[in-house]
Amino acid sequence: MANAVRETPDTVASTRRTPRPRRGNLGILGERVIEVLIHLCGISAMIFVFAIFFFVFREGAPILRKLDLGRFFFTQTWYPTSLNTPRYGVGALIIGTFSVTVLAMLIAVPFGIGAAVFLSEFCGKKMKETLKITIELLAAIPSVVWGFIGLTVLNGVIQKVFNVQVGLNVLNAAILLALMSVPIMVSIGEDALKAVPDSYREAGIALGCTKWQLIWRLLLPAAKNGLLAAVLLGVGRAVGETMAVLMATGHSVNIPHSIFDSVRTLTATIAAELGETAEGSDHYRVLFLIGILLFTMTFLVNLLADFAVKGIRKK
Amino acid sequence: MNTLTKYDLRTAIISTLAAGLILLGCGQKEGVGTDGGAKSAGKVTSIQNIGSDTMVNLAQAWAETYHQVDPSVSVEVSGGGSGIGVAALINGTCEIANSSRALEPEEIQKAKSKHGHDPKEFLVGWDALAIYVHTSNPIDEISIEELSDIYKEGGSIDKWSQLGSKLAGGEEIIRVSRQNNSGTYHYFREMVVGKKSDFKLGSRDMNGSKDVVELVSRTPNAIGYSGLGYKTDKVKVLKVSKKKGGPYVAPSIPTTWDKSYPIARPMFMYTPGQPSPHVQKYIDWILTDAGQAVVKDSGYVPLPKKQ
Repeated sequence: MANAVRETPDTVASTRRTPRPRRGNLGILGERVIEVLIHLCGISAMIFVFAIFFFVFREGAPILRKLDLGRFFFTQTWYPTSLNTPRYGVGALIIGTFSVTVLAMLIAVPFGIGAAVFLSEFCGKKMKETLKITIELLAAIPSVVWGFIGLTVLNGVIQKVFNVQVGLNVLNAAILLALMSVPIMVSIGEDALKAVPDSYREAGIALGCTKWQLIWRLLLPAAKNGLLAAVLLGVGRAVGETMAVLMATGHSVNIPHSIFDSVRTLTATIAAELGETAEGSDHYRVLFLIGILLFTMTFLVNLLADFAVKGIRKK
Repeated sequence: MNTLTKYDLRTAIISTLAAGLILLGCGQKEGVGTDGGAKSAGKVTSIQNIGSDTMVNLAQAWAETYHQVDPSVSVEVSGGGSGIGVAALINGTCEIANSSRALEPEEIQKAKSKHGHDPKEFLVGWDALAIYVHTSNPIDEISIEELSDIYKEGGSIDKWSQLGSKLAGGEEIIRVSRQNNSGTYHYFREMVVGKKSDFKLGSRDMNGSKDVVELVSRTPNAIGYSGLGYKTDKVKVLKVSKKKGGPYVAPSIPTTWDKSYPIARPMFMYTPGQPSPHVQKYIDWILTDAGQAVVKDSGYVPLPKKQ
């Protein structure tokens, strides 16, 4: 930094007359140390992610040599502790995860984006603050509490309303996941809508747009990347969620034929089985392999979300 | 990225507050714990007790009660399954191994060659596995054969009408089972489904004995298996027979004792050879009325009283 000061001729002249006070060596050293520390903090997230991926991969990888990946992905026979022939087919679990996530998004996207539009375009200032705080409270509810609600409240409601035998099913888990991912969508969606310049709105009004035309034809297309990112982050949340789906899906290895069928998800399988599995056994390694699969899935979703957000910045 | 950080910051603040509250709670609890522990400080002998998952709650209850009886002994209980207990017994890494099955002859042989004498077996209680259905279900009894056809992969029964039971809700039998590494799951597989067979896929696999009963109590068409100790007023316990048409027996303490109830199993404790005095004293206490009262309170079947 001292170099930078000397480069401009004016300051050189002034420092000759009254020498600029310099910091002691200790001060300079201290700054260096703090700089390095902050730098470390900055890259620590990266280190952690790679370390986690490395350890999960190290535990899961040895099974890859023994496992027929075609059967792993495309069969639905999950018998990891069979005395006869252990079979590791996660087809039904993948479909379970997808069915719950897709239905959750079908419920959450209209609500989430609708709420974002309301917050950014219609709402008064006081109302907005209240709503935002409430929605963030929704995000702070622990997932095991959601699971408990699914198990005790939603189970009975679904049984009564739809007259089905078991209330622990795709619909139950999807409703919970939708409620859990709405706060993320609202927060990010609202920011995306706010990022649309006011000149767009003014131009729309000047052309005589109704409020509906303004939102549907102008604001939503203009904010579409940000809104897409909001949805994708919601998807990431839904795919990775464990405790609530473990309790609310019915935890049954099953390919669902309707939204009232019980399923089992990848995350819930790991949660239910890893604790009691002998370390280093095939079953243990397959569970870690499922972990790698999940890691890859959420990584891809987050990457897509990131690209979508970058798309907005370029415009 | 501004949009993201803003959201993250709020969550961070909320979660920090939450974490703070939790820590506060833990801190208080810990304080109480150390107070209680301080009294018994001094010479504490510890007993390593490893094994059966079915027995782990019971073993924990024994350990806690015994600590009040004799504060100088601390029993450290861990689960993992009967197999893990037996392995620890053979390797000599535990003083007491819990097992919900008798040792196999080759396991005894292995333990003998390692320690020089036979492991010592103590029968400490019984566990009866009850078959639960919803209270609205008219069915009262079921045979092991029928249960096997309901639960086994390729089994032929999947409708209540096949069992002669009519239900208002619908025909399909909703099978409630356990996660695939539970001891109860293994016992049920061995005794009912068949040792070399597997369960039908699509059962609702619960993570605890209590959850099975809970789900059955909320689902009119369900059937489930769980320890007798988890029985509530909201479920019905079926009488079970070995063969179709055979004598149907309700699970209870007397029917477990006379072995007429077909799916009850003994619970054992094993020590590698003659136990040391403090271990012997602990097992002796378990066999007293006080120890057996803990068995009954935990929902298992105590040993028959000696005449």
